[in-house]
Amino acid sequence: MALRRKRRAVVDESACVACGCCVKVCPLSAIRIRRGIRAEIDGERCVGCGKCAKECPASVIEIQEVLA
Amino acid sequence: MKKRWYDYLWIFSLTYLVLGFFNILFAWLGLLCFFIPLIISIACGTKGYCNRYCGRGQLFSLLGGRFGLSRKKDIPRWMKSKWFRYGFLVFFFIMFFQMLWNTYLVFAGARDLRQVVTLLWTFRLPWHWAYHGTLLHPGVAQFAFGFYSVMLTSTVLGLVTMILFKPRSWCVYCPMGTMTQLICKAKGGKP
Repeated sequence: MALRRKRRAVVDESACVACGCCVKVCPLSAIRIRRGIRAEIDGERCVGCGKCAKECPASVIEIQEVLA
Repeated sequence: MKKRWYDYLWIFSLTYLVLGFFNILFAWLGLLCFFIPLIISIACGTKGYCNRYCGRGQLFSLLGGRFGLSRKKDIPRWMKSKWFRYGFLVFFFIMFFQMLWNTYLVFAGARDLRQVVTLLWTFRLPWHWAYHGTLLHPGVAQFAFGFYSVMLTSTVLGLVTMILFKPRSWCVYCPMGTMTQLICKAKGGKP
């Protein structure tokens, strides 16, 4: 099967403050806060809509193109 | 998305701020915003308070988001750096203990009650109209004035950064958030 490009959110984990703003806006419930330390994206669910990136108060989420 | 009961906790935060204008002793209720996040982080090892129950964050989210009072620009890099976040936590702690010391002095009878709210650790606002005496020791009122000063100061800072940057910019450098994250890191080990 050929690889295709997919957009998805990527978190700069070292700068994440784990506030959970991204979790609240994700329409696909593809983000969770792991152990109160950082946000974690579920790559299978994320469609790269960018809502979380827009919401993130620290602006540590980016939408990137990845091969899936 | 379906709203849950905890999505309305911003009403609690707003009511808290308003009550402080009528009777300063309500400021004691603000201790909930200190102890609940700590208990959740220590007991569960999560930032569940920030993630779900923080009424202040919800208030900023509402004012900056739905009410459009935020420019929605990126926060400066230095404000999300570790040294600023931890530095602000330390500063906040020092100021908090100074407030506790002042309360102690009133309890010990070494100083009279000051009916002022100190905004941004500098400006002393007369606040006598929110104090009608207490059946308890004046120190109880002194703590209320001091604690309300902390809460009002952080709200003002949060509002300023809400307007300048994103709605919940306060969450980036909120001392409680930084502290609970540190507790989670200490507890969690491997993230």
